[in-house]
Amino acid sequence: MAPRIPLQSPLQHSDTVATAGGVDHHPSQPTGWRRWLLTTNHKEIGTLYLIFSLSMFFVGGIFALVVRAELFQPGLQLVEPEFFNQMTTMHGLIMVFAAVMPAFTGLANWMIPLQIGAPDMALPRLNNFSFWLLPVAFTLLLSTLLMPGGGPNFGWTFYAPLSTTYAPASTTFFILALHIAGISSILGAINIIATILNMRAPGMRLMDMPLFVWTWLITAFLLIAVMPVLAGVITMMLMDINFGTSFFDAGGGGDPVLFQHLFWFFGHPEVYIMILPAFGIVSAIIPTFARKPLFGYASMVYATAAIALLSFLVWAHHMFVVGLPLVAELFFMYSTMLIAVPTGVKVFNWVTTLFRGSISFESPMLFALAFVVLFTIGGFSGLMLAIAPADFQYHDTYFVVAHFHYVLVPGAIFAIMAGVYYWLPKWTGHYPNETLAKWHFWFSVIGVNLTFFPMHFAGLAGMPRRIPDYALQFADFNLVSSIGAFFFGASQLLFVLVIILCVRGGKPAPAKAWEGAVDLEWTVPSPAPLHTFETPPVFRQIEK
Amino acid sequence: MRSHQAEGVRKTVTKTIFALMGMFAFAFALVPLYDVFCEVTGINGKVSTSAQQVLSNEVNRDRYVTVQFITRTSAGLPWRLGVETRQVQIHPGQMTEVDFTFSNRSQSASWGRAVPSVSPSTASAHVRKVSCFCFQEQRLDANENLTIPLVFQLDNTLPEDIATVTLVYTLYPLEESNERPIVARHMNNKNGEI
Ligand code: HEM
Ligand SMILES: [Cu+2]
Repeated sequence: MAPRIPLQSPLQHSDTVATAGGVDHHPSQPTGWRRWLLTTNHKEIGTLYLIFSLSMFFVGGIFALVVRAELFQPGLQLVEPEFFNQMTTMHGLIMVFAAVMPAFTGLANWMIPLQIGAPDMALPRLNNFSFWLLPVAFTLLLSTLLMPGGGPNFGWTFYAPLSTTYAPASTTFFILALHIAGISSILGAINIIATILNMRAPGMRLMDMPLFVWTWLITAFLLIAVMPVLAGVITMMLMDINFGTSFFDAGGGGDPVLFQHLFWFFGHPEVYIMILPAFGIVSAIIPTFARKPLFGYASMVYATAAIALLSFLVWAHHMFVVGLPLVAELFFMYSTMLIAVPTGVKVFNWVTTLFRGSISFESPMLFALAFVVLFTIGGFSGLMLAIAPADFQYHDTYFVVAHFHYVLVPGAIFAIMAGVYYWLPKWTGHYPNETLAKWHFWFSVIGVNLTFFPMHFAGLAGMPRRIPDYALQFADFNLVSSIGAFFFGASQLLFVLVIILCVRGGKPAPAKAWEGAVDLEWTVPSPAPLHTFETPPVFRQIEK
Repeated sequence: MRSHQAEGVRKTVTKTIFALMGMFAFAFALVPLYDVFCEVTGINGKVSTSAQQVLSNEVNRDRYVTVQFITRTSAGLPWRLGVETRQVQIHPGQMTEVDFTFSNRSQSASWGRAVPSVSPSTASAHVRKVSCFCFQEQRLDANENLTIPLVFQLDNTLPEDIATVTLVYTLYPLEESNERPIVARHMNNKNGEI
């Protein structure tokens, strides 16, 4: 398994062209598209992940806009209910597995080696393979939309027996696609763990690592723990569908509730997989722009670990209404509320870092601050949902939709955007256009709140989720949500524009692009050369 | 990469691969574990799938419990399951017999099974079935009717706060032959004691 890369002298081939027909060692660089297909460089692979994620963000976004267009008014106008169901399902699957997760993996690829002073990821070829599995998986998944009977229509949570006995014929392809995406995440996680544990610059102890590295390490352990469970569940589905078993079929002695237990045993840690790296990004940006060290570094690390451990004990808060016995309702209610404690510690630490800092409001900071505020709103609606008797009312309504979109869009996705604006100068050597970036920020904040805030009210008033039509009293809330969604979607084009402009030019950035930045990535030139830290840097202990 | 690093990477990778295989196996192990857990605690409304002995004949005449019967047929089986009465009032400890009638309303023979569930789930451990059609698969010829009794007892330890127990039977189709689905778990009458 160990990579066999010859020892290289620094900067051996950063500007030499491949010798034609030379022995194909790593150093001879293919050009053109083969360069990207075969690259084992962590920066190039990071870029591939980020571009893939951004494209999928738009694909998933278009699906969401189909949903919002249909819900603009009560009644059935634009699409058939069957297609509507495929859109909600595909939107969820694409955003979770093809947009948010690969974006974090892309950032990990780019930044973890730079932040720990390593020359590359521990397993560069495996890294290439992990990435290229993704386009395969999602081409397959998207192709199910064109198959007879349509694509998956059972929600991103694919509850059996809806996804087995009553599923469209394409479900086997859906399972295969998810298996491939899962393998990609697992391989990525192995690589990240191996890199962080073995390749830190001499002198850098675990408790010296930047928080982005810490949160990713813990996320990678979560992935190792729960992706195999997801693989197990979908394998059982595959067998129920194709080989006559009855894991989830009551008629054959199975139990559909078992599906939900297994799914959420994966699913709840999965939602933390999508937020822990975001915590890491925000914990890098806030100290930089408040020009103060992060308050409570150690407590941040312990809080992250506590959240990860607790996330294995709360899964049935998604199942309060399946008929759990009272003791189980109580157990999962209290354990869920307990998670709010370490989460609160984090919010407290960010706010305290800001306290009496000399703050400036560049675009990364704006996104990070919006993250803190809006993610906390999502945390509070989560606490409301955690109250088991109240959840009997809220479950499967738009209130749940509002909750998880607050933690995922202005949570995970804002953090990713903050990270992109923060590290773009390092990637491209130019500052992003600050004016456009600010417009992007304000449009996004307004769009997000217009879209998702009214969903709280629609949900509390009883509007069920995953329906193509609704009762008249919900019309106003839905109208606002739909307008907000199109506004938000359109403003993301600005994001693409800023990135393209920044790649092509802009105000040149020095090695240390932000005045208050401290981590190792700011010691290499901007743009970061293809090969960095070929000789390990000297790690100076920075006061945390 | 320096060699001590390569060594460390190899070790880390080996460990994570073991963890991965362990978790994959754990997901499958959860299937039987879930059943064992539910059987021991009786918390998902599953009742024993084999005949049980009567615990004691002591009848608690001071207490009445309503037992309701609900029957339904899942898609794909042209059968009906009827019950002699929808509701009975009984004492804990009292042996009760209720007739259920299966009728095949199609022109061909088929196999089916009635799968029981008890609500509230905390009552399931206290429903003792001495004889039940749900212990076996049924085969009905075209247009055949078959009446089979359910003989059961609510034991004396039924929690005080339970005044109504609902027994639900859902009919599921089975494949043509009586070959059982691969993971049909302990559906057969293991001990055979009646
Ligand atoms: C204070 C922290 C949180 C609490 C107490 C909490 C609680 C809950 C509860 C009780 C539900 C189930 C609601 C229902 O279906 O009736 C839920 C759903 C959900 N939560 Fe959270 N949550 C928290 C944070 C998060 C975070 C950080 C994320 C992701 C980044 C997240 C993502 C989700 C998702 C995706 C669902 C819906 C899944 C579905 O049914 O489609 N939550 N949350
Ligand atoms: Cu959860």
